[in-house]
Amino acid sequence: MTVPLTHTSRMPAGPVVKGKLSRDDLIMRGGMMVIALYLVVTLALPLYAMLSKSFSTYRFELANYEFQVSDESGEFEGTILRASDLNASTGAYTATELSAGSDGRLGVTNFFPEFSFRSPVKYQIRNTVEDGRFLVGSTLHDGTEWVTLDSNTFRRVQLRPTKSTGVDNFVNYFSTPALFNSIKNSLWISVVSTIVTVTLAFWFAYALNRSCMRFKGLFRLIAMAPILVPSLLPGIALVYLFGNQGMLKELLFGASIYGPIGIVIGSIFFTFPHAFLIISTALAISDARLYEAATSLRATPWRTFWTVTIPGARYGLISAAFVVFNLVITDFGLPKVIGGQFNVLAVDIYKQVIGQQNFEMGAVVSVVLVVPAIFAFAIDRLVQSKQVAQLSARSVPYQPNPNPRTDRIFLIYCSLIGLFIVGLLAVCQFAALIKFWPYDLSLSLSNYQFDKMDGGGWGSYFNSIKLGLLTAVAGTSIVFFGAYLVEKSNGFKMGRSLFQMFAMLPMAIPGMVLGLAYIFFFNNPNNPLNPLYGTMAILVICSVTHFYTVSHLTAVTALKQMDREFESVSASLKQPTMKLFSRVTVPVCLPSVLDISIYLFVNAMTTVSAVVFLYSPKTTLASIAVLNMDDAGDIAPAAAMGMMIFYTNAAARLLHLLASKGVLQRTQAWRNR
Amino acid sequence: MKLKATIFASIAAGALAATSALAETELTVYTAVEAEDLARYAEKFNEGNPDIKINWVRDSTGIITAKLLAERDNPQADVIWGLAATSLLLLKSEGMLEAYAPAGVEKLDPKFVDGDNPPAWVGMDAWVASVCYNTVEAEKAGLTPPTSWKDLTDPQYAGHVIMPNPNSSGTGFLDVSSWLQMFGEEGGWEYMDALHENIARYTHSGSKPCKLAAAGEIPIGISFAFRGAKSKAAGAPLEIIVPSEGVGWDMEATAIVAGTANLEAAQTLVDFTVTKEANEMYNSGYAVVAYPGVAKPVEHFPDGLLDAMIDNDFEFAANNRAAILKEWQSRYDGKSEAK
Repeated sequence: MTVPLTHTSRMPAGPVVKGKLSRDDLIMRGGMMVIALYLVVTLALPLYAMLSKSFSTYRFELANYEFQVSDESGEFEGTILRASDLNASTGAYTATELSAGSDGRLGVTNFFPEFSFRSPVKYQIRNTVEDGRFLVGSTLHDGTEWVTLDSNTFRRVQLRPTKSTGVDNFVNYFSTPALFNSIKNSLWISVVSTIVTVTLAFWFAYALNRSCMRFKGLFRLIAMAPILVPSLLPGIALVYLFGNQGMLKELLFGASIYGPIGIVIGSIFFTFPHAFLIISTALAISDARLYEAATSLRATPWRTFWTVTIPGARYGLISAAFVVFNLVITDFGLPKVIGGQFNVLAVDIYKQVIGQQNFEMGAVVSVVLVVPAIFAFAIDRLVQSKQVAQLSARSVPYQPNPNPRTDRIFLIYCSLIGLFIVGLLAVCQFAALIKFWPYDLSLSLSNYQFDKMDGGGWGSYFNSIKLGLLTAVAGTSIVFFGAYLVEKSNGFKMGRSLFQMFAMLPMAIPGMVLGLAYIFFFNNPNNPLNPLYGTMAILVICSVTHFYTVSHLTAVTALKQMDREFESVSASLKQPTMKLFSRVTVPVCLPSVLDISIYLFVNAMTTVSAVVFLYSPKTTLASIAVLNMDDAGDIAPAAAMGMMIFYTNAAARLLHLLASKGVLQRTQAWRNR
Repeated sequence: MKLKATIFASIAAGALAATSALAETELTVYTAVEAEDLARYAEKFNEGNPDIKINWVRDSTGIITAKLLAERDNPQADVIWGLAATSLLLLKSEGMLEAYAPAGVEKLDPKFVDGDNPPAWVGMDAWVASVCYNTVEAEKAGLTPPTSWKDLTDPQYAGHVIMPNPNSSGTGFLDVSSWLQMFGEEGGWEYMDALHENIARYTHSGSKPCKLAAAGEIPIGISFAFRGAKSKAAGAPLEIIVPSEGVGWDMEATAIVAGTANLEAAQTLVDFTVTKEANEMYNSGYAVVAYPGVAKPVEHFPDGLLDAMIDNDFEFAANNRAAILKEWQSRYDGKSEAK
């Protein structure tokens, strides 16, 4: 608060009064520093490593090579020719041709216009610096002594680029139309998927919150199902439905499912629950008085809808739109399975890194992908911060009235959406049980013999469960404790807001980018954390960090509901804060703690993008196995494994539900006295 | 007397220590060989060399190559057993391989041995490009079976052909590099321009086109023969066609990683990989192996495949790889969206 000082007398300047730090405060600040350090090491440093990689280039340093040319009899008269001078005089290569990837090679015969491989002329070549490199055939020469070669061998000489830094990679990227096009493609499918998904999810949520339709509970359950499967599973289902041997192929009227159509349909499937949840929350809160006012002003339902309903839900709609946009643009599994020739950014990263081992270009594409993701995230945050409470103490909750006609329309609409979701899952399960589609339609379990396929077999399934459990336990502890420290500690404002910012960052970082950043950071032999590379631990760390934000927000929301008086009371009773934390805070917030763990478990089971660069032969995962089996053409086993993930997650959810109920009864009895 | 006893004792102890040290030798072996074959390979090797334990690190060709390159300054592998020769050439040009002539290398087909002396790598077996042709779907679409690469550019196959993307698949790259070698640089690109008109899409992996053909998703998949034979054995209505101009191929090969701390054990392992019995072992999956006269026909393998294998210039393929991929990408990857 600022007090105008113009007409009041000033207080005399005194010493700045600072509260004394208690032992508890120190412990809490220490704890916060530890968790902040965790975020720095697992997020900020890897991202920095990736950024610097994107500026690491390879160039042919022509000044570092020298030649001598003999006469016809093979005698060298001693004139030394520098490659850079030769290039300047012959114009053999332009400056852009001299920038290359790590595997670049440059022939040398172009420097000698009179070169003929049949001539008896001999050539000598050497590096002028210790770390210069050139190849004769495929043999590496990195010394500075002269190498004498006959003409026929000389044409096999290839210069190798040396490492430097610069923006060459970005120049190269933006001048390659095949790569550059992906930006357009990614934006295009993301925008289309966002518009369609948000519209569909809005009416679905509207039906569930604002109508008296039947089976609401069932539809709510169905709408959440896609969260339980990897994003590439709908792609597999679409192949069975609309592929060239598809059951419903005719519905596409000759268009190919492999491409934007497939990506958009699949994206609707896997982003639907996210959009539905957010919009449903927004629609659940509404003030009946506004509707009464609209009715008394004789507004038509249509006008009421646009002037009351939509404005009331606008923050939910905007938030849902940005979440869907981010999910689609950063998703990698779906376009990989069904994208066909339609290149998108996330798949480009994979192709650059795995297909071409071009890590630098992979880093460049990652940087490009982060831009729209961060942009969408920042706008969303900005809009959300403007939100004010919809519901005041005087509000009257809106109660929908039965209307047989609209209720029936909504029921049909929701049934269609439900059919779409259940249908895609059912197709996958069906495909998994067919022996050899489409030639042998007998039922068999042969597609479940994962050990005979790529992807790590049943071992990867159990690895995934292990990863899910570890992520849930470790993640929940770190996130909840971190949120507690930030929310309940005193003073230290600067540090706390910095921490909050760090905690929001993972949301904006696509999984692929995080995974790639981890390679650069953890696979560096000079990094003391290098032994983590290739272990289960790095997968757990990556998953916890990747899903940090939502967990953190859930924890903060729960903690905000607890009055700060608890801390004051415990302090006045001379009880250590940690005791309060374990005896009161955790039990009271147990429902949220359980929510966080199930969220982490389910996501760790289904994530592909974050871990695709990080798994090792000993830590193959079920979600990666789905990807790899599909990649190898074993589509039915991929569907089978995807459904295993679905059942496991569904079972975990059920368990979570039962546990929550039991726990609630035991720990939350105080809520209803 | 007493002194003698002490000397004896110390010699005995030394010998014991030496053997136990030998028994503890562990080799980290990087491989891209199918997982189901690895246990068999290690077992066979340990029959004669029980004192060397193999720790496998297995992944697909691209990932293992990426891993090796990433670890260039701090190699983790002792031996590479079963990785594409083009990948090994890449590693060789980085100076990462220890040249070594394994005992009995002269008995191998020289096509399978690195040209340098001593060789940096030695081949095991070859995987050969082929066309998988689904007879049922082809009949439905009214296609006639192609017999050559050039046939595939016929307009009747428009939209009916799938091949792997050379940017992500080793099989795709061996196709492209073989066309450039067979038809010449200009002719090769002209051929691919024409073929591109018929391609439905490019896949990421090399085995997928054949599996898609086996599943009837597409009538024609450009893939490799081994994959086709496997799908055929599984009951798919496939015909494996060997194009008449010749087919590209790559081989799985073995090499020692420079700077290994277990050079002796590594050499023992590489000695084993070129033996006749090792080649017999490779033969169960691969019809073409490095040791002449060993190969027995593999079921469902097309005839005449060995003769159709082109005289592959691996050095050309490795040294022009970056340039070829760039050219391919600018021609077909960017254009394909226009459809």
